[in-house]
Amino acid sequence: MAVLFSFRRIRLFFQKEVLVLPSRVIAFFFCLTLFLLPLMTKDPYLLRIIILSSIFAIFAASWDLLSGFTGQMNFGHALFFGVAAYSSALLNLRLGFPPWMTIPLGALSAVIAGLVVGIPCLRLRGPYLALATLAFPIILMGIVFTIPGITGGELGVSGIKPLASSRIAAYYICVILMLGLGLLMWKIGDSKTGIIFHAIREDEVAVRASGINTTRYKLLAFSLSGFFAGVAGGLYTHFIRIAGPSTLEVSLSFQAIIWAIFGGVVTIYGPIAGVFILYPLMEFLRILPEIRTLLFGLIVVIILLFMPEGLTTWVRDKMEEECPRCKVRNVAWRKTCRICFADMVQKSNQGGTNGI
Amino acid sequence: MIENILINGLIHGGVYALLAVGFSLIFGVARIVNIAHTAFYMIAAYLIYTFSTRFGLHPFPAIAFSILLVTLIGIAVYQLTIKPIQEHEITVLIVTIAVAMVFQEVMLLLYGGHFRGNPSLFAGYLEISGVRVSYQHLLTLVVVFFVLLATWWILLKTRLGIAIRATAQDREVANLMGMNVNRVAMVTMGIAVAMAAIAGVLVAPLSVVEPYMWLHPLVMMLAIVVLGGLGSIKGSLAGAFILGFAETLVVFLIPLGSFLKGAFSLTIMIVVLLIRPEGLFGVVFEEER
Repeated sequence: MAVLFSFRRIRLFFQKEVLVLPSRVIAFFFCLTLFLLPLMTKDPYLLRIIILSSIFAIFAASWDLLSGFTGQMNFGHALFFGVAAYSSALLNLRLGFPPWMTIPLGALSAVIAGLVVGIPCLRLRGPYLALATLAFPIILMGIVFTIPGITGGELGVSGIKPLASSRIAAYYICVILMLGLGLLMWKIGDSKTGIIFHAIREDEVAVRASGINTTRYKLLAFSLSGFFAGVAGGLYTHFIRIAGPSTLEVSLSFQAIIWAIFGGVVTIYGPIAGVFILYPLMEFLRILPEIRTLLFGLIVVIILLFMPEGLTTWVRDKMEEECPRCKVRNVAWRKTCRICFADMVQKSNQGGTNGI
Repeated sequence: MIENILINGLIHGGVYALLAVGFSLIFGVARIVNIAHTAFYMIAAYLIYTFSTRFGLHPFPAIAFSILLVTLIGIAVYQLTIKPIQEHEITVLIVTIAVAMVFQEVMLLLYGGHFRGNPSLFAGYLEISGVRVSYQHLLTLVVVFFVLLATWWILLKTRLGIAIRATAQDREVANLMGMNVNRVAMVTMGIAVAMAAIAGVLVAPLSVVEPYMWLHPLVMMLAIVVLGGLGSIKGSLAGAFILGFAETLVVFLIPLGSFLKGAFSLTIMIVVLLIRPEGLFGVVFEEER
């Protein structure tokens, strides 16, 4: 009886909460496909692409949590990734810690890196902050190259234990972590802390005037973002089984920004969608090896010229509308709101495209 | 040793100054963080290589053609990709990164990834009190000096310069005073790109030409601009020579220094920022809202 009851509740929840909005249906099918994919195909190449996409999705979403939400533009996000990758690799190789210990410890070292960067940089704002953060991974890379005895120099640290015994196990670890951490970041963005993050981006002086210690919240954003990026770095290093200087490159920092902005910032799901579209696309373009990066650049430019707020934001605003009275999102073709039955025709009332 | 450090420092500093001043100008006028700025420098280096080494043109027309072509490309990039989305500052940033990537790949397709050397446009050297200075180095120093002088003259003495400075100070008020701010931004973009092109033309014979040559100057240019204070031309100049000399000193004095040259310059930048968050010559603004 209890089973039947809970089944009915799940069905009702599904009907009332998931099926009402196209974006939720898409998210549901996205998760479903990810979970069922290994049952349909065992192709290691395809699984590898999805695993790497999941890892980079965590990375891009963590950039969004810092730079999208609080508006603290970070151009050196690869620092967190690289610090976590190197520390997980060295902990595993020199001390023999298993992956389930090295990944959290690597993420913690990324948090420390976040504080080291964050504390001096909090006095800077806007473009100054962006360009100062760009410097840190490059400085660290210079250090990595000058002490090849510890870091392996250009070749990096290799001989690390794999993430899991089989590729399917690694697949589930990465996908579940990606969905879980993505949900967590999304919830953080919706919580009271997240609202303060939003407010800091919009008007920091006003937030400070309301008696909120903005420095503390910005440091919190740096550490949270560093933690999530660090998890991604640890996963990456245990999956690829090498921690090299490529994890600190400027291009990786830029890549995270491209993914996030292409998908749509201040959403968390935007960067995830961005990675899951652009990373497989990049792999697919391997059939045209010479003009791969060229096409990638052109696609990004053209899409952003038409959808300057990002892909998911554009699609969401085409399919859904905010109720003018109770601010609940509705399918665009509904005549009345699904909650308060207000008329949905007052399109002119809709304030911009940045509703949540 | 000392004379090498002095000459190399001056040349690096001068080239960085050309890049950083242009970047500062376009940032000041249109608030565009143009990551593709050094990509134009790379294109100019490739063009001078094509014109002088492949087609065997005389250096002067080759230089003139390269600068003109790159400037036109720059204005086209501004009109087609940056202007339509100018209100979304962060999107502009990504678009300029993507544009730089596109240029890099086009060069990779057209010329391949080989390192290409370019012979000096002017052979020979001059002896100043026992120190040999090649004509190419001398030309670089002289051109840098005159280009910077010309930029200073344009900015301070001409109507266009007044319009540029006014737009940089307050875009809306400049517009209300009857200046066509969009055209001012376009012209500024042209000037900035032309300066980057001149830097590229000068550097091509002094170093190797390759599709990834825009990355290191990009990082240095951003560091210089932040060090000097964003949007401040004086700051960019000072920053360029400080970091140019710092880089040269590290390369000449420290073993394995060429790995550390970027790290060292960026550390200087961060130390300066910690002491003066607005950069050396930056103005302390009222908190912008």
